Amino acid sequence: MTIESLIDTPSELTDSASSKSAIVLMTRIRLARNISGQPFPGWAKPAQREKIMEACRAALMATPAMKRGLAVSVGELGELEKRILVERHLISRELSGSKQGSGVVISRDQAISVMINEEDHLRIQLMRAGFQLRKAWAAIDDLDSTLEETLDFAFSPDLGYLTACPTNLGTGMRASAMMHLPALVIANQMEKVVRAVNQLGMVVRGLFGEGSDASGSIFQISNQTTLGESEEEILKRLSGVLQSIVEHEMNARARLLEADSGKLFDKIGRAFGILQNGHVLSSSEAMNLLSLIRLGVDLGVFPDSKRSVTDRLFIEAQPGHLQHAQKGEFEPGKRDLLRAERLRSEFANFARPDFTLSANGNN
Amino acid sequence: MANPLKCDLCSKPATVHLTQILDNKVHKVDLCEECAQAKGVTDPSGFSLADLLLKASLNPDPSSGGIRCEQCGFSPADFKKQGRFGCPACYGAFKGLLDPMLDGMHKGTVHSGKIPRRALERKSLYDKLTKLEGDLTEAIKAERYEDAARCRDEINQVRQAVDQKPAR
Repeated sequence: MTIESLIDTPSELTDSASSKSAIVLMTRIRLARNISGQPFPGWAKPAQREKIMEACRAALMATPAMKRGLAVSVGELGELEKRILVERHLISRELSGSKQGSGVVISRDQAISVMINEEDHLRIQLMRAGFQLRKAWAAIDDLDSTLEETLDFAFSPDLGYLTACPTNLGTGMRASAMMHLPALVIANQMEKVVRAVNQLGMVVRGLFGEGSDASGSIFQISNQTTLGESEEEILKRLSGVLQSIVEHEMNARARLLEADSGKLFDKIGRAFGILQNGHVLSSSEAMNLLSLIRLGVDLGVFPDSKRSVTDRLFIEAQPGHLQHAQKGEFEPGKRDLLRAERLRSEFANFARPDFTLSANGNN
Repeated sequence: MANPLKCDLCSKPATVHLTQILDNKVHKVDLCEECAQAKGVTDPSGFSLADLLLKASLNPDPSSGGIRCEQCGFSPADFKKQGRFGCPACYGAFKGLLDPMLDGMHKGTVHSGKIPRRALERKSLYDKLTKLEGDLTEAIKAERYEDAARCRDEINQVRQAVDQKPAR
């Protein structure tokens, strides 16, 4: 598999958006693992990093999960390619800016990516569309156990898996869900939700992780702590929190419809109008408009089949993907024009909104 | 501390213990053989205890003063700079620094999740090896040569089992 063919293939995230993923777009689990007796990537010398990368890459490419997958080092990737991989959540910003001797291995279906020599020797990540914590854990647990056959992971009976940063000790697991919460945002309740979620030991971040904003009303909720609880206990706790956020979002939607459906439909209708006719759209405006269209799909204003379109556009409206679709010359100043052009053409044939359906509270 | 004294400059076991009285104050320095050589402790005319003491006092954290990870050379000062450890062995070397940090960082302080099966197998083999080596030393000391020979054979067997594991 080559990087070109990967980029031209839809990712796990942009695929299979069924009504089951109405609020939870995607589930993701990552495991931090290190090779015992070797310095962590931030402290290793270049030659050591290279050696560790070769060993990890060989072990990964031998697993069934990575059959016909893609293995590249960061040095082989161009700026645009790195950007696209970040936008698809296949690599982190940290890895894309990292030194020699780091790389990534990506499975053919783009559901699994393993970063090598990011903060830890291995950052194993698995994505599943929709709310699939258990299935995601079963799959990543399996891959981890396969790797353990050939790699000696640094582990202590007391502290669990040993990681470069003590905040990841123990299970080394961070499980997260990407959630679409437009009604909670419109109703100004997100701040309250964030505070409550923090108190339960979970973290809320924007779409692109640490420090990113929550444009498009998309949030990532993940566990904060990794030591002292088993993977199953962490997942159970996270699952409970996610469940209750889903309920809050559903309630907020019901209240918005009940209190002032005209105002809500106005937002959705205007979003549709701008996407169909706008000529200059910034990334964050596009995200917010697409978010309203997605909410419209959930409420029955647009057919269910259109959810996958909005999910695909969430990614394709990002700068890297736009630039790639443009092929060739690209002026940064023209980006917003291009984005609007792209969205106009997508929405030219989009189903017209039907505001009668949702009067029955159909969602 | 139950541990033997460690060298004030590196963290190897100290074998040279020096006491000097300067300005009516007692100064003690513990050094390993290498550092003692390097600092000229064995040559009284060229040795300055004041130099060594100054170095030790430069370290801001007295509890972990001068400790370095034997595996990778990482120091507590490096941790303060980076917020990351140098290698897995650092967790053993800087236990004193880590323990207060872990309080409140996580749900608990003891791992209760997945265990890498191979790591455990390996650990049990190493534990067995350590025990056998102890037995061997004792047997030789007590001149029980038959026991010693048996220990040696068992050690070789365990070593073979360790080597047969796939290389990392």
